[in-house]
Amino acid sequence: MIPPPLPQSLKTTPRLDRWVCFNADRTVTVFSGKVELGQGIETAIAQIAADELDVALERLSLVAGDTTRSPDEWYTAGSQSIEIGGASIRLACAEVRSLFLEAAARELEVDVAELRVRDGTIEIAGTDLRTSYWDLAPRLSLARDATGAAAVKTPAQHWLVGKSAPRRDLRSKITGAAYVHDLELPGMVFGRALRPPSYLAKLAAFDADAIRAMPGVVAVLVSGNFIGLCAEREEQAISALRAARAAASWVEEPTLPSATEVGDFLPALPSVRSLVYRHGEALVAEAARRFEASYSKPYIAHASIGPSCALARYDRGKLTIWSHTQGSHFLRGQIAEVMGAAAADVEVIHKDGPGCYGHNGADDVALDAALLARACGRPVLVQWTREDELAWSPYGSAMVVRVAASLDATDRIVDWKHEIWSHTHIRRPGWGEGINLLAAWHMDPPFPLPPAKDVPQPTGGADRNAIPLYDFPAQEIGYHFIADMPLRVSALRSLGAFANIFAIESFVDELAAATNTDAIEFRLRHLQDARAREVIETVAKAARWKTCEKGDGARGRGFGFARYKNRSAYCAVIAEIEVGAALRVTRVVAAVDAGRVVNPDGLTNQIEGGIVQAISWALKEQVLWDRERVLSRSWESYPILRFDEVPDVEVLILSRPGESALGVGECAAGPTAAAVANALFNAMGVRARNLPLTPDRIARAME
Amino acid sequence: MAETFKLRVNGRDCEVQAEPATPLLYILRNDLKLKGTRFGCGEAQCGACNVLLDGNAVPSCDTPLWSVPGHEVTTIEGIGGESGLHPLQQAFIDEQAIQCGYCIDGIIISAVALLRRERDPSNTQIAAALDRNLCRCGTHVRILRAIRAAARAMRASPKT
Ligand code: FES
Ligand code: FES
Repeated sequence: MIPPPLPQSLKTTPRLDRWVCFNADRTVTVFSGKVELGQGIETAIAQIAADELDVALERLSLVAGDTTRSPDEWYTAGSQSIEIGGASIRLACAEVRSLFLEAAARELEVDVAELRVRDGTIEIAGTDLRTSYWDLAPRLSLARDATGAAAVKTPAQHWLVGKSAPRRDLRSKITGAAYVHDLELPGMVFGRALRPPSYLAKLAAFDADAIRAMPGVVAVLVSGNFIGLCAEREEQAISALRAARAAASWVEEPTLPSATEVGDFLPALPSVRSLVYRHGEALVAEAARRFEASYSKPYIAHASIGPSCALARYDRGKLTIWSHTQGSHFLRGQIAEVMGAAAADVEVIHKDGPGCYGHNGADDVALDAALLARACGRPVLVQWTREDELAWSPYGSAMVVRVAASLDATDRIVDWKHEIWSHTHIRRPGWGEGINLLAAWHMDPPFPLPPAKDVPQPTGGADRNAIPLYDFPAQEIGYHFIADMPLRVSALRSLGAFANIFAIESFVDELAAATNTDAIEFRLRHLQDARAREVIETVAKAARWKTCEKGDGARGRGFGFARYKNRSAYCAVIAEIEVGAALRVTRVVAAVDAGRVVNPDGLTNQIEGGIVQAISWALKEQVLWDRERVLSRSWESYPILRFDEVPDVEVLILSRPGESALGVGECAAGPTAAAVANALFNAMGVRARNLPLTPDRIARAME
Repeated sequence: MAETFKLRVNGRDCEVQAEPATPLLYILRNDLKLKGTRFGCGEAQCGACNVLLDGNAVPSCDTPLWSVPGHEVTTIEGIGGESGLHPLQQAFIDEQAIQCGYCIDGIIISAVALLRRERDPSNTQIAAALDRNLCRCGTHVRILRAIRAAARAMRASPKT
């Protein structure tokens, strides 16, 4: 039998001892490149490994995102950790288990089929013949490459996968130290970076010696437009930062767009169109009616609740960095290049951080810490400010989406056109050419801003989920790529899928209304995918959807659906809203088909979070600026959803034990935003096409 | 100039030396090594740094050291930990009402203060008590559920 091709992570790191190690104290260490970001992945990966090896979860510990010890598994991003990271761990563990079973069979002189594994003990039922992983480990070297030949367990054999195992990292997180922010080393000092007031500001004058003379200040590093400082005590570093801010003078240019309404300036920027997808011939002649509409989404901040932080130690040419990065190996390479060091002299160790939801300041602050550690010769913990996190982290790119469609005489959609204007949706360190780290662009000599390159199909960046899953006989999708980026942008949870799904699902809703058809009925007429139909029917039933039910002028309900990336989890959402002084979402019901589920409660938690975050994006969030500066610099100028604005949320998970596991972290965002906007239309007959749905935008849409 | 201050934190007396204007947050984290009080904004806008001051939830980033002597400070470590979890912490674990967890300690502090004055709070009262706490992961629905569950558990065994 020819084994199926190995997953990418196992191709990159084939050696089995780089994945699994049996320790003398009868525990197991599993090495993973996929790191905990608050999404519960550590627990899910541990469940997969423990189940495949047949050891108790308590015996198993995970080493993740450590450049010296863990496999290089790309970034922890894109809802791929279960799909790819989980698949690799599963195969590696299955192969390790089968090697041990063969060895046990030889030693015990029995047939492999007679053996079973119970919590690491290998035995023959009903006899006292036994050995264990730990007994055999000294004689069985795992310094060999995975072949992928061992069979993984079937769904029926799983005893831990599919169970809601409690998260393993929670207790420490609610009783004390748990994050990179909480690390301390002997002799450690506290660092801060003084960021320029605007993107391209140039330092004109700065008296570093005045800052060096302040109490507790250990070092001030000035290189080009980068200013960093360290002090013995944290409050001293903060005072020094404040003084440095007042003392530095900068020359600023009006480089930002004169309009902040995305629809007004984005399509006017120079762009290059490429064809994303086309099929069928537009049957415009037969079309009875043609419709078109334009939708937009602003720049959105990751706005992590804990500003980014890193600890760095520079010791005789060796640099060690503790970071909440999503890609330890990439970060190591980038920092080594900026500092002129060999990659082997840089070690990056992942340590948990606050939720990041994509590429935030985690990597940037690691370089700040590395530079300061080298400058002052002592370990440095660098903490970004709230303002740094909101104004200097990359944003999710703004988008404009224009959709057009024709209906034939029987009210079926016969052609569909979808045109996107946006920047890249990824600019992570290690993605494409050049250096993508903030301080590297500011220091002297600066590293150039690398050219932007978006994620190609089939997963896509700005064009993620631009191809509707519906069976429209003719479709054309275009992407007007804007190379210029007036604001710093990179990956934000779901990339372009959020705006594309918002546009598609809003527009389908408009067409349903134009034909006086029920919104769900209209979609099902254009949808054959059986799994898609089932999530839609499930959510409709659970929310007691009533055909063609109209809102009452203030209250209403709306529907949204997508299959994330057209190849990952299916998600259908019904939102109920009420409009008073502002639009308020009162209840959300969602149904999700994510294939085989590793941890049902963990998955539900991720979807609930994705729904609430998407409501925050859809109702409130928008980065603002003037000609020079970003103005979203605090929670006052960048408000997010608050406790009294949160709806009831109900999530239904469809069980598909026989299907492959699909990532869900990002599947709910687009359907939720569309369901909310569609509910507004249902309630009041107002179609709001530009996010966020703030009271004054709703008022404008009513005019 | 640094001065000496006598504080009472988590039921213990201690002495620290720092500038009088130093925010309590950094004294707790760096001098007393109580890392469960977290930095989120430093501007009294997110609640990540909340502690109890004489039983009221306050942002420690906005509480100068000079104002603390004579008051009782309780951090998350004083709420529960090694010696056993507080019913609120237990409820957060039971309900898995945590994603990244960074906001949670400050939220538990707000909830402890609430449940001391209100044994059976409504959802509206809980949301009002958390008005100064932000959560970015969208864990709100579970957080509300955990606080209700803890209130129930605490009513059932009033000793805790
Ligand atoms: S850190 Fe104190 S309220 Fe945000
Ligand atoms: S759980 Fe992450 S911010 Fe609340």
